[in-house]
Amino acid sequence: MGAFWQRFSRNRQAVLGLGIIAVIIVMAATAQLFFPGDPFGLAGKSMSPPGMNGFLLGSDSLGRDVAAGIAHGAKTSLMIGLIATLVAVLVGVIMGALAGYYGGLIDDLLMRTTEMFQTIPSFVFAILLVAIMKPSIESVVIAIAVVSWPAVARLVRGEFLSYRNREFVQACHTVGMSDIRIMLAEILPNCLSPIIVIGSLMVATAILIESGLAFLGLGDPNVMSWGFQIGAGRTLLRSAWWVCTFPGVAILLTVLAINLVGEGLNDALNPRLRERSS
Amino acid sequence: MNHSTRRLRYVVKRLLQAVPIVFAIVVVNFFLLQLAEGDAVDVLAGEAGSATPEYMAELRAKFGLDQPLPVQLARYLWNVVQFDLGYSFRHEMPVSELIFDRMFATLLLMVATICLAVGFGILLGLIAATGLNTWRDTAISIFALITYATPLFWVGLMLIVVFSLGLGWFPTSGMENLMAFHDNAWDRGWDIAHHLVLPTITLSLFYLALYTRLMRASMLEQYGQDYVVTARAKGVTERRIVFVHVLRNALLPVVTMAGVQVGALIGGSVIVESVFAWPGLGMLAFEALFARDLNLLLGIFLLSALLVVAVNLVVDIVYSTLDPRIEVG
Amino acid sequence: MSRILDIQGLHVALPASGQRQYAVENADLHLDENEILCIVGESGSGKSLTARAVMGLLPRPHVRIAKGSVMFQGEDLAQISEARLRDIRGSEISMIFQEPMTALNPVMTIGVQIDEVFRFHGDMPARERTERALGLLADVHIPDPEQALKAYPHELSGGQRQRAMIAMALALDPKILIADEPTTALDVTTQAQILKLIKEMQDEHGTGVLFITHDFGVVADIADRVAVMQNGLVVETGTTDEVLNRPQHPYTQGLIAAVPSLTPRPPRPRAKEIVLRVNELDKTYRSGGGFLGGEARVVHAAKQVTLDLARGETLGIVGESGSGKSTVARCIVRLNDAEAGQILLGDTDIRPLGRAAMRPHRAKIQMVFQDPFASLNPRARVGKIIAQGPIQMGATPEDAKTRAMELLETVGLDAGAYDRFPHEFSGGQRQRIGIARALALEPEILVADEPVSALDVSIQAQILRLLDEIRDRMNLSMIFITHDLRVAAQVCDRIAVMRRGEVVEMGATAELFATQQHEYTRELLSAVPGRTGLG
Repeated sequence: MGAFWQRFSRNRQAVLGLGIIAVIIVMAATAQLFFPGDPFGLAGKSMSPPGMNGFLLGSDSLGRDVAAGIAHGAKTSLMIGLIATLVAVLVGVIMGALAGYYGGLIDDLLMRTTEMFQTIPSFVFAILLVAIMKPSIESVVIAIAVVSWPAVARLVRGEFLSYRNREFVQACHTVGMSDIRIMLAEILPNCLSPIIVIGSLMVATAILIESGLAFLGLGDPNVMSWGFQIGAGRTLLRSAWWVCTFPGVAILLTVLAINLVGEGLNDALNPRLRERSS
Repeated sequence: MNHSTRRLRYVVKRLLQAVPIVFAIVVVNFFLLQLAEGDAVDVLAGEAGSATPEYMAELRAKFGLDQPLPVQLARYLWNVVQFDLGYSFRHEMPVSELIFDRMFATLLLMVATICLAVGFGILLGLIAATGLNTWRDTAISIFALITYATPLFWVGLMLIVVFSLGLGWFPTSGMENLMAFHDNAWDRGWDIAHHLVLPTITLSLFYLALYTRLMRASMLEQYGQDYVVTARAKGVTERRIVFVHVLRNALLPVVTMAGVQVGALIGGSVIVESVFAWPGLGMLAFEALFARDLNLLLGIFLLSALLVVAVNLVVDIVYSTLDPRIEVG
Repeated sequence: MSRILDIQGLHVALPASGQRQYAVENADLHLDENEILCIVGESGSGKSLTARAVMGLLPRPHVRIAKGSVMFQGEDLAQISEARLRDIRGSEISMIFQEPMTALNPVMTIGVQIDEVFRFHGDMPARERTERALGLLADVHIPDPEQALKAYPHELSGGQRQRAMIAMALALDPKILIADEPTTALDVTTQAQILKLIKEMQDEHGTGVLFITHDFGVVADIADRVAVMQNGLVVETGTTDEVLNRPQHPYTQGLIAAVPSLTPRPPRPRAKEIVLRVNELDKTYRSGGGFLGGEARVVHAAKQVTLDLARGETLGIVGESGSGKSTVARCIVRLNDAEAGQILLGDTDIRPLGRAAMRPHRAKIQMVFQDPFASLNPRARVGKIIAQGPIQMGATPEDAKTRAMELLETVGLDAGAYDRFPHEFSGGQRQRIGIARALALEPEILVADEPVSALDVSIQAQILRLLDEIRDRMNLSMIFITHDLRVAAQVCDRIAVMRRGEVVEMGATAELFATQQHEYTRELLSAVPGRTGLG
């Protein structure tokens, strides 16, 4: 663990990303403290520019506080990004592991499925799913997970496929070890690094998809989110640029930070680089 | 067997391989339609304001909605094969006609975007890789990192704020100036191109970043291969090593990725078209979304999947000319 | 005889973070016209970097020439400009590599790649260039030069690719040819052909050849003079006769002594009891085919293979790549399923047994694998790797641990290894761990699949000795898969020779080496490098 942190912290960009994420998490956790009450509620004079009338980042046409929206929206973005990714990784790992390890029919099925998912424009599919299920946190999470798991499955399948015939796995067969055990105790620990990396990058993608859905009006109507803020503010582009701008900066910083951390993880966990150093 | 007939056979083979995928998408489509609350009759009844249950049952019988699921699926498939994608009650037009009306605009946007993103992505990746760890590399990498993290719709809005509202260089929305009466096709083409600039830039930025990063990584990987040492040992110049030996190998994953990303590009066009009111399929989808016009939405979905299949086929053919190891036989 | 290359006091510096400062230290070497100098050494000796330093092909910027001179025709290659070096490379000094598949650009035809040599040195008209290329391909005995010119690297066989590389290297009649392990990736019969070709071309053109190898057999076959390298130092140079027959440096003596002799060991009496009988085993692989995939290719990896193994004996299965020898081994330990035939372990035919039915028999046959890096789980501790078999078979953790400790001692590792990870060990040590794992279940039969082919020759000798010891001590019977007839001569009591899935000949080792029944066996034996010079 110490060695891992040493490798990770050598990448300054990754540490910066981690710092930004920490700030955003703190912001999400303390939203209720600094901006108590409903972020949808009227907080003062409408259309105030940043710094005026007590609004740090201005207010919109209904007098809602942009800064409050960003703080409360952070919670939504992070939560949806994390949960959707967890679901997608779980499903993807199970499917990918079975397909890669057993090959044959399961593998054919999975490959055709992921091919189909590669063919379907995934964002359009997510839109459809949310539209059909009615917009809510759950439907957004499900939609993002549904369009994200095939990427994990493909990756895990590839890993399992290459490990399946590795000699140490065959050695396990020669002592009669069960398939489940070989998969969970022997192969899976060796695939954890790429799974962690793809998972961290997927959180970023999930946040982007969520904001896109909310921008199109497909977010949960009862939950504040960055995409919703921008979507609601686009009609004010001429008169109140700040309503759209700041939530966008929030998305940009969050996604950027997660990507930086993901790349840092990739460098720190990359088995190829490490084998050379040992 | 000569080369061109082998290539033809390869194309036919790839086409046939796409059939089950398209079939699966149609089936998924059908079940999505089933999942949705209410059917076409409910929608019709809602439109009319009030309808007696008897009348609704009659309508259901007329549309075959009272049949068992497999029969309905078979009918749906048969309709799709005939390119009958249903009827949009909102637009009072067959879905297929609506889609064909809007397809050109989307195709234009996509082709422009792919050219811009792939072309500049390859160029920037090449520049970054050849000047590894110089300021050019750093600048390009930072640019790629940031654009990779920016939501499309926000970029679009910011571009409008700066270049349309601020500087007044480009129009904010639409595909052409409907008020202007163009004397000839050139003027009209120019007008469309003028409208095309901002949407294309918006849609391509993310993919530009993607291809730049991919190209850079791919160049660096190929640069470490043994055949580069061989080429040096032959006395080949560095210039030729980079632009002939390495470049061609490095392009392979970029071309593959360009094919894979077409689907995502269509997804992005929904957002970009709705931001710029670009009258294409994405805009249509956005409208359908608000009108709860599921038939239309599913039709667009199906067509965009077909578009991806077609583009992937083209990419595969391009790839097979680049990589001799692909068996076209 | 004139001196064409004179290397003096060459130091090749490694990056500061490395284990040692210099990869090559104070090397003095020289090469005359029409001479073959072999640089021999084990992995990490610096032999390849020496060759690359001459060409100016060190992996910059991390590895560079720190001191010393490389004189070639009055110029110091360590000092001259990159442009001048480029002129020399390919025309005056050229190079061939170990792995012709990766050394050739996969997306360019052989013709274009040969053509580049002409294009970048002088200006020959296109037509003449093509003709010269055709001539070259004919010179290196490629069957259809016209076709080969238009072929991509993947369309040629390994031997043909290396021939094309040689054609490319000799295109402009260079003064010096540097060959970096050019036959290591090839089968033994192909290796013999390529060595013959290099010698032939060198005779014809009077080229000086700097030949890098780890194989003393190859040295005996082609070298005029030999330089031995160890850890970056040239420890001994001399004529081939001097170095092979009267080595001065203890390291050289050790290396040469470690090369297994081709003269088989004295035969041992064969036990009456047969522990394993393989009858008419069949295994085929299909590739391609299926849905719209065109015709399936069927490869017979094992065809009517019949073998028997007596208690306490070592049966060698010998063959080149693709002969099916590993497939047979895998079928016997039931990692692969054979389609037909019998595998009689005692009285039970284990071939058709399902997983559950097979489990009680698993312990009796264990396997030692080829690749010491891939055969141990990088995330598991050594103790767990060895103990997992007994625990799987129901031993208590304490018993398994005691047993693992004993085994570590048996294979010559100290008890501290128990809690460490595989990457902390060298290749030879890892192979010992692999052997300990196989022994943990107290098997009757050990199947060893090329257990020493990934190891340096000195380590190889140690592992072979260990296997021998263990076999005698535990009264094991062993099936030993190898491509190396020298190794086979030293460890096997009997040998089966396989080609394209069939056993073409089987017999006691001494008899087989003395008189071969099958032509292929004869071919294989005569291709072993160093038959005359090394014995």
